[in-house]
Amino acid sequence: MKTFATLYRRIDAATSTQHKRQALIDYLRLAVGDPEQYASAAWTVYFLAGGKPRQMISTKLLRQLVLEATDLPEWLLDECYHSVGDLAETMALLLPPPTRVEDAPLDVWMNERLLPLRERDDAARLAALRDWLDAMPSDDRLPFFKLVTGELRIGVSKLQMTQAIAQATELDAKLVAQRMMGYTQANRAPQAQDFVALVAPAEAGEDGRPLRGQPYPFFLAHPLQAPLSAFPELLGPVDDWLVEWKFDGIRAQFIHRAGEWWLWSRGEELVSDSFPELAALVDFLPDDIVLDGELIVIAPRSDARSAMDDLSDLRPFSELQQRLGRKVLTPKMLRDRPVALIAYDLLEKDGYDLREKPQRERRALLEDVVSRAHSSAMQVGADLPLRLSPALTQPDWESFARQREEARARGAEGMMLKAMGAPYGVGRQKSGANLWWKWKLDPMSVDAVLIYAARGHGRRSGVYSDYTFAVWSGPPEQTDRTLLPFAKAYSGLSDEEMRKVDATIRRTTIENFGPVRSVRPTMVFELGFEGIGSSNRHKSGIAVRFPRMLRWRQDKPVEDADTIEALRALLPGGGA
Amino acid sequence: MTKDLIVPAAEGLYCPQGKFHIDPWRPAALAVITHGHSDHARWGSGAYLCHEDCAPILRRRLGDVRIETLRYGESRQIGEVRLSLHPAGHVIGSAQVRIERRDEVWVASGDYKLEADGISAPFEPVRCDAFITESTFGLPIYRWRPQAEVMGDINSWWAENARAGRASVMQAYGLGKAQRLLRHLDAKIGPIVCHGAIEPLNQIHRDLGIALPPTLNVGALDKAGLSRCFALAPPHAVQSGWIRRFGNHSEAFASGWMRLRGNRRRRGVDQGFALSDHADWPGLLQAIAATGAARIFVTHGSGEALSRYLRERGYDARPMATEYGDEALEGEAEPNIEADTDGA
Ligand SMILES: [Zn+2]
Ligand SMILES: [Zn+2]
Repeated sequence: MKTFATLYRRIDAATSTQHKRQALIDYLRLAVGDPEQYASAAWTVYFLAGGKPRQMISTKLLRQLVLEATDLPEWLLDECYHSVGDLAETMALLLPPPTRVEDAPLDVWMNERLLPLRERDDAARLAALRDWLDAMPSDDRLPFFKLVTGELRIGVSKLQMTQAIAQATELDAKLVAQRMMGYTQANRAPQAQDFVALVAPAEAGEDGRPLRGQPYPFFLAHPLQAPLSAFPELLGPVDDWLVEWKFDGIRAQFIHRAGEWWLWSRGEELVSDSFPELAALVDFLPDDIVLDGELIVIAPRSDARSAMDDLSDLRPFSELQQRLGRKVLTPKMLRDRPVALIAYDLLEKDGYDLREKPQRERRALLEDVVSRAHSSAMQVGADLPLRLSPALTQPDWESFARQREEARARGAEGMMLKAMGAPYGVGRQKSGANLWWKWKLDPMSVDAVLIYAARGHGRRSGVYSDYTFAVWSGPPEQTDRTLLPFAKAYSGLSDEEMRKVDATIRRTTIENFGPVRSVRPTMVFELGFEGIGSSNRHKSGIAVRFPRMLRWRQDKPVEDADTIEALRALLPGGGA
Repeated sequence: MTKDLIVPAAEGLYCPQGKFHIDPWRPAALAVITHGHSDHARWGSGAYLCHEDCAPILRRRLGDVRIETLRYGESRQIGEVRLSLHPAGHVIGSAQVRIERRDEVWVASGDYKLEADGISAPFEPVRCDAFITESTFGLPIYRWRPQAEVMGDINSWWAENARAGRASVMQAYGLGKAQRLLRHLDAKIGPIVCHGAIEPLNQIHRDLGIALPPTLNVGALDKAGLSRCFALAPPHAVQSGWIRRFGNHSEAFASGWMRLRGNRRRRGVDQGFALSDHADWPGLLQAIAATGAARIFVTHGSGEALSRYLRERGYDARPMATEYGDEALEGEAEPNIEADTDGA
């Protein structure tokens, strides 16, 4: 734990990405040179690159442990938590110092101590924890609590980890990226040999090809924010670009190799089990093929089979969300919310990696593959949950801009622009002509009233930075109208603004409920969001996606904030 | 029936039987001052009464004002009450104010800490019936490590930077914290630089017989000297051009608030050292118990939480509203605040 905790603290204290990367590289160099560390390094890489085992110990149990060890009343623990803004840190600060020191490497902690705890009962867990914590230096407890509560967010991205490994081992970053694919899957227990496989010298012929069910690193898009007038200069003629809708689903890679299939989400989670209907693809697609596309819920099937580029039956993201995270998929769920894969790229065919081929060629091969699959499905009367993302054509960028306005009505978020001559890259490339662009619609927005505030976490801990927003239930002339909450947002304000808002909140507090305060409605914000749907979670009956504060409307009196009607009008279908 | 000897008033804590205020935040006729931090020693009162070691600080801050002084333990009759000052251990010349009338004793603590800092006279508990305590760090998450350990870390940080050829720039409040750091720095590591806002306060300490290592103006060092130096500055100075003169440097902040990760990150310093001139949670509880008082009034900081905790343990405790600096973000909210507010 000590080595891991030391690295954690060094990364955590780093004030620049440069320092952060150096800390990783220093650690990795030592680990690579010391076989005794391979097993613990396998876990270290797993955690820092974002891997999460299922929560090993419940927060409730940890609270109980701290209350017993400190003899504090529960309300005071809560008071401390509200002040610190982070439970793991609060507990680390409250526990009495150790009476002895005894440590083990991270892999021993994970494999022999923490993971087996899942099979034990609460009393046994509590006893074990008490014993371990009593032998753990105070400084190591924060990383320890972060780890066991599954909240080890420390600002290292998978890409940074990949680059650090590449730099520490002098391997090609693309090769490391390939080796990292799937490394951080949930509930994996990485072993010494997994670390060796990450850092070993490249083997002859190893060109970063994935094995068995392993996916390719996803090529990620950049937001296109230039004004339309700059497009000709920035992008050139429209003919050089493949233009498609930007679908509002889940990015996924479908892999069919050696008779088996795998489905990976963009977060590099294996999600095959959540979408069993895609098994049908195996019967109609050739072997040794990898598709990149979007998973999306489609309207329950009627008798009519869908054409391969039919987009009329796409459902909003909120319906897909209802399928995610379900442990058990009921037949009803599968019937009411079937999914399809909208394919937009072909990464591998007949076992050959196509990523270096230009987009134009990959697209032609993709069209061929999907249409063959559809015609063989048609011959046996099967409805294939596979579509082809249509290539949109317009004479110029202005026409595309006009067409983009239809995106929302089609359940899309905007358009994707992909250079026809470009290969399929790795991750989010920084620059160059070969980027993928996401050209999103401007977010929808309403003017909403701040009615609750909670203290933030991490960088914003101690400051009232997380807000709940509401709109009016009716027009101003309706005297008994009320404020209906519909969204929570915490991003979009500058630090300066946040401080002012924080001060206003403290001044206008009506009531405290633990960490949350209700405030007198005095502040109006322009709230932007990227999707909207019906919901039972909020009183307003509406939920929005990715809400954020666009502007603090200090010019706007509360009475002039928007009404629920304005929100309903934004629902797909215009709130009919 | 006895009447309270200290009550909250618009100007600050007030003793009606003696007709004086303690650390008033608005002008009063007679201001009894617990210590020289700017939120406790404010401008505009008719006359000031404080410990003799606090007087030079008041003079420097408030200019030509009427100041009378007492030594620790020396008492004086004011109106119907007998007043004396007792060591608070917070900064040089800091005092608890003891007020006695017939057989009733009240004590206002001002700011205090229990650990001896090597500069101020160590805190002495005073038996009383009612105790007005600060609670800047009145939550159990605040538990200080011994000064020797923290200073050991600070000296190692400096030595490590000096080896790597970069300056060590430490932000600290100018009155109290700065001198405490100076007193315990290992001057063998390299030269010590003090910002112009701190140096006069160092001089006051030296004049009072406190031994501090030699301190230099930033202009007195060449490049090689700067790369090994330890530089002390009030928090606002780091945003000025002053800090640019050090070139490659590491920044740290010494304050009790640095115990929390969120505060360290918000400050954007490379290192935060939790070194405070206020009592931590165990210190507050220990000090309160040692007074033997049944009635406790809690000022600053987490007044509500500490009061409730004390009530659950049988005390008659309640918060008392004051206008002393206590917010975690004060240093940030007012970057131009005078160098030595509150000395957290
Ligand atoms: Zn104070
Ligand atoms: Zn003070």
